[in-house]
Amino acid sequence: MKKWLWVALIVWGVLLGQAEVAAAQEPTPSDDEVNAVARQLYCPVCENVPLDVCPTEACKDWREQIREKLAAGWSEEEIKAYFAAQYGDRTLAQPPRRGFNWLAYLIPLALMLLGVGVVVRILWTARRSQSQAALPMVEEERLAEIESALRRQGE
Amino acid sequence: MQTEQPSTKQRQGVSPWMMGGAFLLLAGFLVFIWLGLQRAQAGPAVVGQPAPDFELTTFDGQTLRSEELRGKVIVLNFWASWCDPCAEEAAFLEQAWQRYVRREDVVFVGVAYVDSETEAKRYLAQHQVTYPNGPDLRTVISQAYRIRGVPETYVIDKNGRLTYIKIGPFVSVQEVVQVVEAALQ
Repeated sequence: MKKWLWVALIVWGVLLGQAEVAAAQEPTPSDDEVNAVARQLYCPVCENVPLDVCPTEACKDWREQIREKLAAGWSEEEIKAYFAAQYGDRTLAQPPRRGFNWLAYLIPLALMLLGVGVVVRILWTARRSQSQAALPMVEEERLAEIESALRRQGE
Repeated sequence: MQTEQPSTKQRQGVSPWMMGGAFLLLAGFLVFIWLGLQRAQAGPAVVGQPAPDFELTTFDGQTLRSEELRGKVIVLNFWASWCDPCAEEAAFLEQAWQRYVRREDVVFVGVAYVDSETEAKRYLAQHQVTYPNGPDLRTVISQAYRIRGVPETYVIDKNGRLTYIKIGPFVSVQEVVQVVEAALQ
């Protein structure tokens, strides 16, 4: 009976050891993986400090949260959405495309289009004025031809 | 003479439509900036004025609305688990709460400012806080009160007016009790 007890204990010990090894081998997100997400987020407390370089204890906790969520299989987008829901949109490096935030995307585009329009307009006007300035020269050539023809006729 | 006409027209520059559009765009942009500045420069909550309304879902899942708490003195405390001064005052707030817990006309509400739920719950357990606490989701409440940091405490009277603002931690139970009593009168 004692022999069986010893065998059971040894088997249990081996199984426990294997379980620990398996747990240790579970993929843990590296610092680089955590920072890849963290740099897309901003510290909710500090002003304009990306989460990956923020030195405060609170930021360390948030980076750990990212690690836990990555380990749990969350995607980057899910983690960013979680942070926005918890701490507000200001934690996002890029404002979400909704409501007033659209202005942040549309104004630069509108200004760029306006700029392109102005440049095209200026170039077009310059080209037109160049061609119109060239017109008298053609006329002068034509006049010279007429004059020479008249002279020939007179001769 | 006829050939000069188009050239003069060209020199008039950009068409009125384009000018109008550009001015509208510029005006819209300036209005947007002005609104943003107005919002950014709006002052903090003021004693004597109505306190901003809030809605808080506690860590227990209970929803607290300031409108529904009218008729009670509200002690609204903003804190965070990563804030050391908050930990210093936690015991004072809890002891003060114990004096009023059986009364129907006083309620303490804790608002966890930019904190993870795990850390916040750990903090509450560590400091044995028993009054309702919840996360400030999207920092809506702290923005409404325009807090400058944590801890900060806002005492609201039975009519919903701010009677006291504490920036920084309370240093004794008596200090907390004193401001609650003042709000009750």
